[in-house]
Amino acid sequence: MRVFSDVWAYLSDGSSWTGTGGIWGYLVQQLLLTGTALVLALAIGLPLAMWLGHIGRGGFLAINISNVGRAIPTFALLALLVTAEWPGIATFGPFGRAGIATLIALTLFALPPIITNTYVAIREVAGEVKEAARGMGMTGWQQFRRVELPLAMPLVAGGVRLALVQVWATATIAALVAGPGLGRIITDGFANSNYGKGIAGAVVVAVVAMILEVLAALAQRAIDPVPRTAKKKHDDALPTSPLPATT
Amino acid sequence: MTLLVSAAEPSCYNRTVNDWWCPAYLSDYRTELVDATVQHLLITISAVLLGVAIAFPMALLARRYVRLETAIMGVSTALYTVPSLALFPLLVPFTGITATTVVLGLALYALTILVRSVLDGLASVPDDVRESARGLGYGRTSQLMKIELPLALPVMMAGLRVATVSTVALTTVGALVAHGGLGNLIADGVLTNFKAELMAACVLCVVIAVLLDVLIVGAQRLATPWTRTRVSA
Repeated sequence: MRVFSDVWAYLSDGSSWTGTGGIWGYLVQQLLLTGTALVLALAIGLPLAMWLGHIGRGGFLAINISNVGRAIPTFALLALLVTAEWPGIATFGPFGRAGIATLIALTLFALPPIITNTYVAIREVAGEVKEAARGMGMTGWQQFRRVELPLAMPLVAGGVRLALVQVWATATIAALVAGPGLGRIITDGFANSNYGKGIAGAVVVAVVAMILEVLAALAQRAIDPVPRTAKKKHDDALPTSPLPATT
Repeated sequence: MTLLVSAAEPSCYNRTVNDWWCPAYLSDYRTELVDATVQHLLITISAVLLGVAIAFPMALLARRYVRLETAIMGVSTALYTVPSLALFPLLVPFTGITATTVVLGLALYALTILVRSVLDGLASVPDDVRESARGLGYGRTSQLMKIELPLALPVMMAGLRVATVSTVALTTVGALVAHGGLGNLIADGVLTNFKAELMAACVLCVVIAVLLDVLIVGAQRLATPWTRTRVSA
């Protein structure tokens, strides 16, 4: 099919990678957006969900925020933010056109998986373990810091991993409202019936998404306090984390 | 006379007013809204049904052959990380700029959630129940149909809810290939700075998601009368 040779032609042409509108520039921009939004969401979501999980309250909210997040189309929220008086399409530093709107949307969509997973992770730490910690005379803080947090870590990391996938996807969609990021190559290609370019952009987005996912999986394995091989023997499989709304 | 009135009182979606909330838009652009909603529903429902139709046999095969399960889970997780805005273009060489591209892409996402939930659901059937069924002389197929699937229904339905609600939201991205249902209106609203259209399309998306979710919960209650008396987790 001709379109495949168009894709190859676009990807192998050095000039499509450099300069304004080049792949590298958009890639760096989207990675910057993804990283910033993830850090913002972690800063907001982690303390909140950990606290709620520790005191065992707000479960309804922490669980249902994921359901609400799924029902709201990322495209719709981005469109509303961009069209509103504020934040609108104002360029924001290295984040490009509609930078603030995009960052807000990305952060909001990263929060549900982080909050739900973290809450469940802290909450599901076995009751007898918590009781034993209390019996040893640990204060609430010590119990959280030295017992609950280490045991919850793998599932918390799972939530962060889901959030990363979600943020990367949402950052791609920002292009549908003429925002920043790699999605611009896709939307520009399709808007000008240059399908080779559009599909080439999609290939880059998909490949980077998978690389990020693999890196996140490796990081998740690295911080797991109970090694994999030891876990297999016990039958206490971790509660599987739910899939997020992908975008 | 009417001209005079409209001049004195411009409708709320007039260029100069451009309100977010505008009942006049809903009545004046009714056909456009209905068409977009119908397209949205058609795409969503075909995608979910296609997903269900493929997910079932796949899950049953995966359960039978452990090695196949690892492969299916691996591929579907990889697929799930691909953003929809990138997945649709990747399908375009095969299906073109059509609704099929959107339906197929969304079905692939739904499939990922559904296969997982069918497997989780079947795994949630207690071993002693399975053993009793075997002891009562149930064959492989009748055990699956009469014992395991009904008991797996709550978990599978939970997966169906997640798949349906996310598909409704994702359908909007189909606007890239001009088949996004309400997403087309959202794209047009951004492009032409038409706030009433944008807001109406966004709200309708969420309403559709909630309605379909309620519908599935209702169907589940009817299908699993035994769970109603018990307090479910």
